[in-house]
Amino acid sequence: MSLLSPVIAVVLTAVVGAALFAALGKDPLSALQVFFLEPFHGTRALTELALKSTPLILIALGLALCYRSNVWNIGAEGQFLMGAIGGGGLALWVTTEAIPMSPWAFFPLVIVAGALAGAAWAGVVALLRDRFNANEILTSLMLVYVANYFLSWLVFGPWKDPDGFNFPQTVSFASQTELPRVIRGMRLHWGSAVALLAAGGMWLFLFRTFAGIQLQVGGPAPAAARYAGFSSHAAIWTTLLTSGALAGVAGAFEVAGPMGQLTPHVSTGYGFTAIIVAFVGRLHPLGCILGSGVLSMFLIGGELAQSRIGLPSALSGVFQGVLLLSLLACDTLIHYRPRWSGTR
Amino acid sequence: MTAPRLQLEQISKRFAAVVANDQVSLSVQPGEIHSILGENGAGKSTLMKIIYGALRPDAGRILWNGEPAQIRSPQEARALGIAMVFQHFSLFDTLSVAENVWLGMSSSISLQQVKDGIRSKTAEYGLELEPERVVHTLSVGERQRVEIVRALLAEPRLLILDEPTSVLTPQAVEKLFVTLRQLAATGCSILYISHKLDEIRALCHQCTVLRGGRVTGSCDPTVESNASLSRLMIGAEPPRLVHREATPGQLALRVNALSLEKLDRFGTDLHEVSLDLREGEVVGIAGVSGNGQQQLLAAISGEDPRAPDAAIELFGQPIGRLRAGARRKLGLHFIPEERLGRGAVPTLSLAHNMLLTRNESLRFLGWIDRQALKHQTASIIERFKVKSGGPGAVARSLSGGNLQKYIVGREIDAVPKVLVVAQPTWGVDVGAAAQIRAELLALRDAGTALLVVSEELEELFEMTDRLHVMARGRLSPSIGTSAATVELIGEWMSGLWPTGPEDGPGASIGEFP
Ligand SMILES: Nc1ncnc2c1ncn2[C@@H]1O[C@H](COP(=O)(O)OP(=O)(O)OP(=O)(O)O)[C@@H](O)[C@H]1O
Ligand SMILES: [Mg+2]
Repeated sequence: MSLLSPVIAVVLTAVVGAALFAALGKDPLSALQVFFLEPFHGTRALTELALKSTPLILIALGLALCYRSNVWNIGAEGQFLMGAIGGGGLALWVTTEAIPMSPWAFFPLVIVAGALAGAAWAGVVALLRDRFNANEILTSLMLVYVANYFLSWLVFGPWKDPDGFNFPQTVSFASQTELPRVIRGMRLHWGSAVALLAAGGMWLFLFRTFAGIQLQVGGPAPAAARYAGFSSHAAIWTTLLTSGALAGVAGAFEVAGPMGQLTPHVSTGYGFTAIIVAFVGRLHPLGCILGSGVLSMFLIGGELAQSRIGLPSALSGVFQGVLLLSLLACDTLIHYRPRWSGTR
Repeated sequence: MTAPRLQLEQISKRFAAVVANDQVSLSVQPGEIHSILGENGAGKSTLMKIIYGALRPDAGRILWNGEPAQIRSPQEARALGIAMVFQHFSLFDTLSVAENVWLGMSSSISLQQVKDGIRSKTAEYGLELEPERVVHTLSVGERQRVEIVRALLAEPRLLILDEPTSVLTPQAVEKLFVTLRQLAATGCSILYISHKLDEIRALCHQCTVLRGGRVTGSCDPTVESNASLSRLMIGAEPPRLVHREATPGQLALRVNALSLEKLDRFGTDLHEVSLDLREGEVVGIAGVSGNGQQQLLAAISGEDPRAPDAAIELFGQPIGRLRAGARRKLGLHFIPEERLGRGAVPTLSLAHNMLLTRNESLRFLGWIDRQALKHQTASIIERFKVKSGGPGAVARSLSGGNLQKYIVGREIDAVPKVLVVAQPTWGVDVGAAAQIRAELLALRDAGTALLVVSEELEELFEMTDRLHVMARGRLSPSIGTSAATVELIGEWMSGLWPTGPEDGPGASIGEFP
């Protein structure tokens, strides 16, 4: 039953979407087609879908790990930004120093840089929770803003392109820092394969290793975790560092891949969208892949709806909200099985 | 001839892996106290939930006062006049007794009416219960009383009680029985489930025996003996426990004047608790639950690592601040009384639940050898006759007694140096109880030091070599079990024991030099 509820939620979202289109005076059927079919139409569309899914998969995997062990990391967006700064900083350095290297040599380095930066940022949350018992929902969320301002300071200040007519952005990164492409001429890069590998790794970790099982005890049964002697400190650190690293890698891929430079607008909400992905994917690594597909479909559908039929691009945000809401509603209704009763 | 109050015809219910009820038929007359007897996993709770509308049967029909009835939900059951007391309470701690009762009622009744109702019901049946008291201040026995009064207020024509006595003291059980007999005399039928054969013989008029989901017989319990009842139930008498003299070895566990403030407001402070436990002996702690046993056990197991380091010693090593996992590595295993949520994670499989306390199937870097884990789980399932869907079944799907068997089996199978057990046979049937006690004694004979905390005096007298009594957070000196009497232990339970270990009748008997 719990696997059914994401499916029902997607269908409900489509129904609400159709009603919304009708209310906006558009033909619901053709609008739905733009949202649900166009993103799958042709190789380019499919690679774009995979490209958008890549950061979502990476971030959602880490969040699923956190949520399974009752650590409520809401600030993946901040860890994503720090990863972007880490990866972007490395690319900037390689560019300005004109270091000769092949993109394939740069690829693992940018992963490490992003992972370290993201993990460090999540480490702040872990430290605050572990040492001062500060609520991680608040701290992780607030650190998103700090990360965003830090990025702005960098691109308005020390990292600004000196020949950039005072635009707040870094120089365009050199070609050796570009992520290797999967198909020539398409933007899809090999980072997407890393995301799939990470999903496989997460699956093995969660269901085939002791540490993974250990982490999943504290969430549903804290008394059992105490009884077994599993450390809640270790759980906080492992989950936050891992999810921070994954979000950081996603951020590094974004700037070294499609963006190619740092601007104040690296943040596009992937960190928040990934929260929905994790829940739609039932906190399961495979589900995260599927969920990322659905959510990137909405993201791309939103862009298409704007350019093709002149609908506001905010619509994809509305779709995300409706999806999350219907998912939560389905879960609750399925769990409690309420009935209509005549008298009350 | 009036129609039976309740008649079940060919009720069947199947879960994915097991048939829980297989064409069960039975009838209950007005005013009859009818017991359902059966080993763990026989399908008793499932059948009761079907009658109460909490589960739907796959086949069969229910007749109520001779009329076919569709019971699709607990509301519909209550509308017919069926009330049920579940084994696990469903009360809100922060609300008062009256508010808790009020919650389940139709909205046309005012809180004042509920309070008056509770007062008149408690007066009628001689149950003491103050409707204004907040539930978290009540003892477990009093909470059980709230559940029973709530059921009584519905003026039921059929009352279902699923193992209601597991948390009651013998005196409270006596009181409950008086109430139930009065109730039956007014024409209310009662369905009563318990694994305690004495209770069934004392209380019930009729008895239906379930085995593997089928009705295998019925009898008049008043003319049966415990032995014949257990033959009906498990096909054999439980083997008698042979209790050989203990030959205690070196000191294994020592608690040194442990004082500990309670962790939450429902707890009890510990005052200067001292205890010695040697290899090859079984020491029991008697007492009504809620007198600090939970706090003491948590301090010993390491779930509560606040004790001063030296207050608890394991083979001479101070362990007061070690976590449960570290203590287990040193050979100290623990069986908690809450099975679901503490002894086992409800949503994980039995195989994964092994990993809470056992690491034999772990390989390099914590990689789980699934084959080894499966074998280990299967061997425990087989040895302790745990009825389940196999190692892959999630803990939540097991019947209460079967989960208890699994957890006890998991710890016994580890052959620990020290084993601390709370309520080892809670909710398990007579056959399984006998097996668990025998296995625990076999561990003792192999040199394990055992500490058993139980509310069942009989069990303690049967199993232990020495006894302590716990009352209001203090622990009595120990007494050799052979020298102890029920009267003496009862006296000690009220906190009246000789103060020095040397200066009382029998206080030093059984202390080993
Ligand atoms: N939700 C469920 N899913 C799968 N199997 C279940 C479920 N509930 C009960 N069972 C199975 O049905 C059988 C009967 O369970 P039930 O709880 O009725 O036993 P019981 O007679 O009450 O036992 P006990 O004395 O241990 O409480 C058991 O084998 C149990 O594993
Ligand atoms: Mg039961």
